[in-house]
Amino acid sequence: MQDFRKHGSGYQNAGEEEATYEINKRCLIIHLNSELDHHNAVRIREKADKLIDRNNIKHIIFDFSKSDFMDSAGIGVIMGRYKKVIFIGGKIAVTNVSSPVDRIFRLSGLYKIIEKHDTVDTAINSLL
Amino acid sequence: MNDTNEMLLEFESKSQNESFARTVVAAFATQLDPTIEELADIKTAVSEAVTNSIIHGYVDRIGIIRMRCVICKDELTVEIQDQGVGIENIAKAMEPLYTTRPELERSGMGFSFMEAFMDQLEVESKLGEGTLVRMKKRVGKVDRLKESVTASQ
Repeated sequence: MQDFRKHGSGYQNAGEEEATYEINKRCLIIHLNSELDHHNAVRIREKADKLIDRNNIKHIIFDFSKSDFMDSAGIGVIMGRYKKVIFIGGKIAVTNVSSPVDRIFRLSGLYKIIEKHDTVDTAINSLL
Repeated sequence: MNDTNEMLLEFESKSQNESFARTVVAAFATQLDPTIEELADIKTAVSEAVTNSIIHGYVDRIGIIRMRCVICKDELTVEIQDQGVGIENIAKAMEPLYTTRPELERSGMGFSFMEAFMDQLEVESKLGEGTLVRMKKRVGKVDRLKESVTASQ
């Protein structure tokens, strides 16, 4: 498993980045470290798309264990990545979702196209 | 007892101020003793309005966003105002999933969230002059529940 959090791969400057990225086979795990608003969405989108293209990514997991806020910009990020992987049979999952974030997902109807799992491990087992 | 309070904040339309605006509103609303859920609702609604001003109001330039919050009894009013391009068709802009900036991956749910998470939403806009979003929400439902329980006893 490649872990970009610990190694200086240019994806993260310690403690400052809005998300950390981890790749497990063809699954990209995005650990959100901050509130998923428009400001952070722009950066996450750029970095995630580079990783998706370079690593032949099929599935994406958004892990919310360190993020308890999301607005409609987050919906945009997740929808955008969904459109990227759906054509190759990929799936999107979200994990460790807090109740405010869960309300946004329910209200937006996003659970119709993404999976919700308690932990990253259960999501990986389901996707891979 | 004085049960009104008011604050005014002006900041530049930079995206890092989205979280700043949310935090300020949340801190101001704390005096109403909101539930965690109410606080999340208010933060989301403010985030949507401020982001709209940044992306749509001022498009590719930096302008000033004015945020005014008023507390009257148990009601919080939040106004987010910009002097940007304005909205041509407010009804259209408020339609769920409608967006003028799909290339930015805007989901078109901003106004829907403001409506869903606040009790009341008003939008005033004039082309070339800017937009004012006014949202109201009664806060501190737990206290009101306690009051009604006490009253019924």
